[in-house]
Amino acid sequence: MALPQQRPILITGGRVIDPANGRDGIFDVLIADGEIKAVDQSIPAGSLDGAVRVIHAGGLVVCPGFIDIHTHLREPGFEYKETIATGAAAAARGGFTTICAMPNTDPAIDNAAVVDYIANRAASVPARVRVFGCVTKQRAGRELADMEELISAGVVAFSDDGDPVYDAGLMRLALTYSRDLGVPISNHCEDHELCPGGVMAEGWVSSRLGLAGIPAVAEEAMVARDISLAELTGGRLHVAHLSSAGSVAMVRQAKERGIPVTAEVCPHHLLLTDAWALGGKGDPNVAAGPLAYDTYTKVYPPLRTETDVAACVAGLADGTIDCVATDHAPHERVSKECTYHEAAFGISVLETALGTLMSAVHNGDVSLPTMIERLTTGPARVLGNGLSQYTALTPGTPADLTLFDPDAAWTVDVNQFASMGRNTPLDGVELRGRVAATIAGGRLVFEEPAVLNKGETA
Amino acid sequence: MVATVSNEPEVFQGNAVPVPGLRRHVLDLDDFTAEEIAATLDNAAAMRAVLERDVKKVPALRGRVIMTLFYEASTRTRISFEEAGKILSADVINMTASASSIEKGESLLNTGLTLQAMGVDVIVVRHPHAGAPHFLARNLSNVAVINAGDGAHAHPTQGLLDLYTAREHLGGLSGRKVVIVGDVLHSRVARSAVWGFAKAGAQVILSGPPTLMPDPLTPGGWGAAGNNGVANPLANVSVESDLDAAIEGADLVMALRLQSERQQRGFFPSLREYIRRWQVNDARMARANHDALLMHPGPMNEGIEVSSGVAHGERSLIEEQVTNGVAIRMALLYQLAGAVAVEN
Repeated sequence: MALPQQRPILITGGRVIDPANGRDGIFDVLIADGEIKAVDQSIPAGSLDGAVRVIHAGGLVVCPGFIDIHTHLREPGFEYKETIATGAAAAARGGFTTICAMPNTDPAIDNAAVVDYIANRAASVPARVRVFGCVTKQRAGRELADMEELISAGVVAFSDDGDPVYDAGLMRLALTYSRDLGVPISNHCEDHELCPGGVMAEGWVSSRLGLAGIPAVAEEAMVARDISLAELTGGRLHVAHLSSAGSVAMVRQAKERGIPVTAEVCPHHLLLTDAWALGGKGDPNVAAGPLAYDTYTKVYPPLRTETDVAACVAGLADGTIDCVATDHAPHERVSKECTYHEAAFGISVLETALGTLMSAVHNGDVSLPTMIERLTTGPARVLGNGLSQYTALTPGTPADLTLFDPDAAWTVDVNQFASMGRNTPLDGVELRGRVAATIAGGRLVFEEPAVLNKGETA
Repeated sequence: MVATVSNEPEVFQGNAVPVPGLRRHVLDLDDFTAEEIAATLDNAAAMRAVLERDVKKVPALRGRVIMTLFYEASTRTRISFEEAGKILSADVINMTASASSIEKGESLLNTGLTLQAMGVDVIVVRHPHAGAPHFLARNLSNVAVINAGDGAHAHPTQGLLDLYTAREHLGGLSGRKVVIVGDVLHSRVARSAVWGFAKAGAQVILSGPPTLMPDPLTPGGWGAAGNNGVANPLANVSVESDLDAAIEGADLVMALRLQSERQQRGFFPSLREYIRRWQVNDARMARANHDALLMHPGPMNEGIEVSSGVAHGERSLIEEQVTNGVAIRMALLYQLAGAVAVEN
């Protein structure tokens, strides 16, 4: 990301929540030359020359820009689903200043040339784009990719996401080989034998709809395997999109035993349940009418039960789960306009993430500073702190900030998305919590005047 | 256009009964009320009388176009819909996936939109994927959709014909004990029968290999009175894998078709063991009520899920189910495409 600089920005009167510096209060923030220049009780605009843009942020939260360590940008190979440019624009709208491209592209990100290609394509998009490399060559699950070459080219972690590293022996080798490289192996945990043909969570809803189920144990069996392998090898395991109560319990126990494991959870797994597939926006008592089999609810891991949702929320609150990650998975229209069986897995998440996550805050289950921590320093910590300069509002560091109204109610309208992926079950749903502005590298990359104006008038 | 509210004169030349409300689609029985089911069965009785006439023809659906759109093989369901439509004087067009643009890769949505543009009033669809009829119903604003079997989900017209057949012989179904035995997990027939018999007040017991028993269809589990203050419509449904115990005192036994691929995929050890434990035979029928009835949706693997003696015995309703299937489909086609709304 190397965009032309803008005039200085002075943000006044906002609630600054800066977990890395332990700051939570009303402060002014001055940004110039792409950096944070000052954070103070009061920075008079008059002390600056007239070219400064003043944002009155009363009633808004001002925090470090969000980091997403699980974003499917689809480029190269699937540019009809998303491009790096549209994905980055969606990130800016969602308050994310750094996103991490997953390597299930075509060609897969298993060599330095593809990493360089993505870096070039991301040179002038409105978000920082980091890259995950494949664990295995061509993401085929047979032999390790050239990991050190990939790290030299700039990858921040490894994953074969979309598929697990299925062979336990190979996963052991990956964890062992990567141990001295300083980055985690992120695994998409899914035991195929336990969910043949599965398209949604196994339970009463799948039974009601006659759809093949995916039991929680299909995830948990591989989480258990991987935790044992992390303990054996000392390699750093990161559990991608953890979604079941059993997985949360295993990760909690593993951390208590000092095993090097981290975990992420997706916004949808903190709010939506399998009952959403019935077409009644989560109402479990609706008949399965024409709106049933909502293909926009089809995602891996599947939407699960209220018990699983509650366990994931609790895990995020107590730190068992280190961070939120969107698993933003944009798809073109026809891959969802079909039967549930045929539909692609995945939800377009970047632009609804904050509003979805704020439910857990409004419900009192996760504090606002904790939620921000899980979107900023949390993901940076998972990646070994290579991104830590972007997670603190410290003078002299790059100015990546998100401003949002925690209370603003708004209705999701996919036609407003910057993402090419309009695939979300939340279309038409009212959420509370909306991004007002996103600043990346000192540049205002997104502003929503209707939300920003709240601060102007406060 | 589907006549959701029609000003046309009543043209059915029989004794149809008013149906409470007029539905647009028949997707499953879970959104039917007990009253609507009863009225539909009453209409099927009137249609059955038409079937027994010397000249089997009434003008009820003259000028309506019915399309059967089958993505899976079918004998009795497709033919009985065709016969039902033709007796009611509708124009019936049959389309099979193997001899159409579907072979050329046309999507279900575009096929549906094409048929709608041709002025089809009713699409009767069978599809290997659960929810395909719902998908069509959601996307086609001017067509009534009838589910003729979708994946492992539902087969509501089969469920209604089973209810009709049972009611003819048992009178009321309230409190009757109905045992459904076999591969319930993969059976759309069983799922619709569960909804239908439970709504009619019967006690339903599911039996078969534990590996082929489904999860409950409602929150709270089999037999739960309710969940979060909402009554469980399937509170009188339970699972008993031991058929000898389940069949004790049964009024009706429904055996399901066993697909041989289930054994190949390891759901049970062998056909021999399946027959030992779950075949409906004379010895097991002897544990049921002395006048207990046998039903099977067909096509039947005679000698596997049902012994020959029981299949062709005096308690077997298998052939009668087929005849009643035509009457039920006549009633539903009439209710969707020809009936006049009832003022409540």
